[in-house]
Order: sequence, then structure tokens, then C-alpha cells
Amino acid sequence: MSVTAHPTPAGTEAYEPVFTGPTLEQLGEIIARYPTKQAALLPALWMVQRARGWISDRNMAEVAEVLGLTPAYVKGVVTFYTMYHQHPVGKHFVQVCTTSPCNICGAEAVTKAFLETTGAKELGATSPDGKRTVIEVECLGACGFATPVLVDDDFIESVTPDKVPELVRKYK
Amino acid sequence: MGFPHKPHARETVVLSKYFGDADARTYKGWVKRGGYEMLAQALTMEPAKLIDVVKESGLRGRGGAGFPTGLKWSFMPKEKKKPHYLCVNADESEPGTFKDREIMRWTPHALLEGSAIAAHAIQAEVVYIYIRGEFTEPWTFMDRALAEASAAKVFGPIKIYLHRGAGAYICGEETALMNSIEGKRGNPRIKPPFPAAAGVFGMPTTINNVETLAAVPHILKQGAAWYKGMSLSSPKSTGTKLFSVCGHVQKAGNYEVTMGFPLKDLLYELCGGMRPGRTLKACIPGGSSVPILNREETESCLLDYEGVVEKGSMLGSGGVIVFDDSTDMVYQIMRLARFYAHESCAQCTQCREGTAWTTKILERILAGQGKMADLDLLLDLSENMTGKTICVLSDSCAAPVVSGIKRFKNEFEDYIAGRRRPVIMA
Ligand SMILES: Cc1cc2nc3c(=O)[nH]c(=O)nc-3n(C[C@H](O)[C@H](O)[C@H](O)COP(=O)(O)O)c2cc1C
Ligand code: SF4
Ligand code: FES
Repeated sequence: MSVTAHPTPAGTEAYEPVFTGPTLEQLGEIIARYPTKQAALLPALWMVQRARGWISDRNMAEVAEVLGLTPAYVKGVVTFYTMYHQHPVGKHFVQVCTTSPCNICGAEAVTKAFLETTGAKELGATSPDGKRTVIEVECLGACGFATPVLVDDDFIESVTPDKVPELVRKYK
Repeated sequence: MGFPHKPHARETVVLSKYFGDADARTYKGWVKRGGYEMLAQALTMEPAKLIDVVKESGLRGRGGAGFPTGLKWSFMPKEKKKPHYLCVNADESEPGTFKDREIMRWTPHALLEGSAIAAHAIQAEVVYIYIRGEFTEPWTFMDRALAEASAAKVFGPIKIYLHRGAGAYICGEETALMNSIEGKRGNPRIKPPFPAAAGVFGMPTTINNVETLAAVPHILKQGAAWYKGMSLSSPKSTGTKLFSVCGHVQKAGNYEVTMGFPLKDLLYELCGGMRPGRTLKACIPGGSSVPILNREETESCLLDYEGVVEKGSMLGSGGVIVFDDSTDMVYQIMRLARFYAHESCAQCTQCREGTAWTTKILERILAGQGKMADLDLLLDLSENMTGKTICVLSDSCAAPVVSGIKRFKNEFEDYIAGRRRPVIMA
């Protein structure tokens, strides 16, 4: 897998790389944890998403270049995992669990409250002010604390519809 | 303890002793509680001796399959010719299960200590702890604990790293998890070869669940005989087990009881029973991948590997989902099928097509457009989805469908015959 990726596919604007200076150093430390460079792919994608909010094709090409993979390979991995955003999302990303155990405890009403309060038209859509994207997700591994909601990196337990407006205000 | 509730007198508190106690999270606090003593001792022991102790204790894997842990460790090559690895499965994504999260949030050092002991037993120099991407809080506590314990140099030559998942239930399957660590799509691998021969990076690997490993220091400290002695029913199921109880009970939470504990007592005494005016309808005793039990089966079930099988289900991960008489079973079974359809890695035809069609047919029934023949069709599909694929995700989708139709057929028929109003749009 040592094919060199084209550093700047589609697009003519200058591309500002993610992996420079301390970020590149940090990636180097992560690579050293594994016997292959490829194993640093998931961590590298997390670093891109943290820096840019989502992972564009050009970001994928950069990751491919840095890790000695091809852009197509990187894309194949990105698309497998649901937490990597392939498109820009709202400033705050709201994930509500609606799998069966939470479902019977009222999770669908929580989703509805988030949609109504934020003004996001449907699941996966971003509110008109660009601030919040709301999605339904499968089991978040906290079923005894129905309904758990993940807002960005904050894991919030026992959310009920009446608590939603306050939460939406908090993540402005 | 029945976290987040106070411990109940009938619990046997071993793994959950420090749930809710923030001081136990710190390295100092853990050492004050006797932590890392067993690791220091284990590092001076012969690996084979350690494996013997764990074999003797009767400990079985808590990730779902219940495979004897000592035996699994003994499959690793005795004579080391290549690097050995330990993978820790902290992907906890099975609906109904939320125990590993609590272990990592409150007692991260227990997991680190158990992992290092296991690594020594299987002669692994590197441990990867694979934590699901959504577990931001457990990650923070694990990361902090790892930094503190590493600074104190307690792990000897063993290196431990955390690896973050990115949203895929299937990565909890052991070989998918290894692919994911390698930077690949999380597709399960065809077995054999088994991980002990060729696991992560093609090297001999052992994989264990968080709860399994957290029990190991206790077994060393109090002895295999003590652990083996904790068994209320079948001698093949020993020790304590964390049961995550959720759904329609008064006090959902994690309860730690001795193997063989009556499910009825867990629900009605420890969890405070059903909500006022409600009665129990059904229960999934081991995470969403196991068959659904009806009320009679639930109330006469003993919670150990053999006891739950006797009632027609499995102990699985110990995620207990409780449904009361207000539940629309058809709708909930559809939600579970939808979960599996969403999480199928799509490698196997039976699974990719089967989970999607199962969901579609159930949705059709819920939309009031089902036919009586759909029930046979669902059973037929399920049969084709069982025992025929690379991993058991496909079987897991069939389990609630087949058991649901068997026990709650009238509810399906009500939708089909128009006795019940459609709840979703076609
Ligand atoms: C689809 C699927 C998902 C699984 N998810 C998990 C999981 O989230 N956590 C876990 O520990 N085991 C999970 N398992 C079981 C693992 O494959 C493996 O048996 C387990 O981690 C072994 O550890 P143990 O022997 O300590 O139980 C899953 C299995 C399958 C087939
Ligand atoms: S059974 Fe399903 S999840 Fe498992 S390998 Fe096959 S397609 Fe993937
Ligand atoms: S079903 Fe919602 S967290 Fe598990």
C-alpha cells in the first residue's frame, strides 16, 4: 500500500494541511504504538475531525499521503464508521439514542423535542442558523439512563423532553 | 452495587464496590484500596501458573459467549516465536448493556490491572484497549488512569494503549475489532484461523471483555476457590456478574449478584419492580441478541449460563431489558431488527439482505399492510439467517424475531387482521 496520493485533488484553492508542527508530531507518537502505519488511520481521522469539524476528500488525501495509503482506501474506511462526518455539520452535533430500551422509555419524544426546539427540519438536517444538527443513533451503551444524548463530546444522561430547551440553550 | 442506586443487601459486591466513589478513580486512591498489589505479584509468577489459577476459578467470558477465560488464555503459544497481543473489548454496544462503561468510569485501574495481569499470562507485550467512539467520559477516565499508572511504572515491560472506535456495533465482534485496530473497515474475519494463532497484525492474540479482565485481580487476591464458591445454581457458572437492567423497571441500573441468582428477585426486589399499575410482559435477559422470554419464563429463570438456556434464551452480556404490559412487542421487535439492519457489515448475503428484509416486513405489518403469510416468511428468513454467516450478527437479528413470533404471535396477528391501528406510515 505504498502508493503516493495526489496531494491536492479536486479544487484549486490552496489547501491548508492538518498535519503540521505539533499535530504531525502527535501523529508520529501514535504511529509508534503500532507495528504498521496503517493502524494509525482511525486516530488520524479523529484528529482531522477535531481540527476541521468534518473530513473532506482533500483531508482524506492528506491522511492517505501521511500514512502511505491511497485516498480511495481511506475513503473506504471513513464511510464504514458512522461517527466520521463526510459533510459539514452544525456547530453542535446532537445524537439521541432511540434503540428499543430507550425507545420504550420515551426516546422518540426526546428526538422530537430536539427537532422542534432547534428548528432542524428532519433528522440529519441542520437548523437554519447552522448551529445544531440532530440525528438518531443506535444504542449509546447507557440504556439504564434513558434517554442518553451525546452533544459534541458531552455525554448527557436521562434526558426527557422537558429538559431539551435548556440543553439547546446551553449549546448555543 | 445497584449503581446509580444504593447497593442492595442481596447484591454480592466485588467489581462494583467502588462505583460512585470518585477517589477510587485516582492512582493514589486505587493503591490505598489495595490496587496493583496483585499485578506486582503476578509479574513475578510463571504465566502458566496464572493461567491455572484463572482456569481453576471457573471464570467465563463476560462479553457474551461465556467462553472459559483460562482455557482461552491457554490457546496462546507457550513458546513465544512472534509478538503476542492482548485486545480488550470495550466496544460495549449491545442494546441493553452498560456495565463496562461503569467499570471504566469508576474503576479504570481495575481494568488496567486486570489487563496487565492477563498480558503477562499470555506473554503479550502490548495491550490495545478498544473503546467505542461514543464513550467520551469512560475514555477520559481511562486515559487519565493510564497516564498516572504508567508514570508510576506499575506495568513492568507491558505497554498499554487506548484505541478509539468510530461508531460501528460490529467492531465488538472480536475479529472486526482487530481489523479496526489495524486501520481497516470493521469486517469480521472468517475463522479459522482463530485469534490465538493469527489475530491482530496476524500475530497470536487474546481478546477479552472489560468485565472479564476486571475480575482477574480479585481472583488472584482471594483465590480461585473463593471465586468458584460463588455459585448459587450450576457449578459451571461461577463468580459474580454485573447485570445492567433497563426498560420498564422502577430502578434501572447495574446490579452485581452471584451467578445463579433468581431473575425474578433481581427485577422485583433489587430493581423495585414494575411501574405502578403495570405488570411484566417480557424480558430479554442477555442483551438484544438473545431470545425474548415471556413472563412465566422470566419469573422462573435463574441467572447463570445454564439457567437462562434452560428457559430458551442466553445469558449473553447480562443486559436485562424489561418490557411491561404497555409494550407494543411488534414495534419493539422491529426496532431491534432495524438496529441489526443498520449495523450489518454487509459482507454476507444472508445477513445484509435478511436484516433489511426482516425490518421491511415488520414495518409493513406495523403499517397495517401485513399478510398472515408474512409470519411464515419472517420465520423462513430467520432460519436462513441462522448459523450460515461469518459472524453471529445475522443470528442475533433472527433471535428476537423468532422468539417474539413464538411468544407474542397474537400481537402480530392483531396488526395483520386490522384489530390494531397501524402505528407507522407505509
Ligand atoms: C456482533 C457482535 C458484537 C459483539 N460486541 C461485543 C462487545 O461490544 N463487547 C464485548 O466484550 N464482546 C462483544 N462481542 C463478543 C466478542 O466477539 C468476544 O467474544 C468477546 O469480546 C470475548 O471476550 P470474553 O471471552 O472475555 O467474553 C460481540 C460479538 C458479536 C458477534
Ligand atoms: S453476519 Fe452480518 S455482520 Fe457478520 S460478517 Fe456477515 S454481514 Fe457482517
Ligand atoms: S438503547 Fe439507548 S443507550 Fe442503549
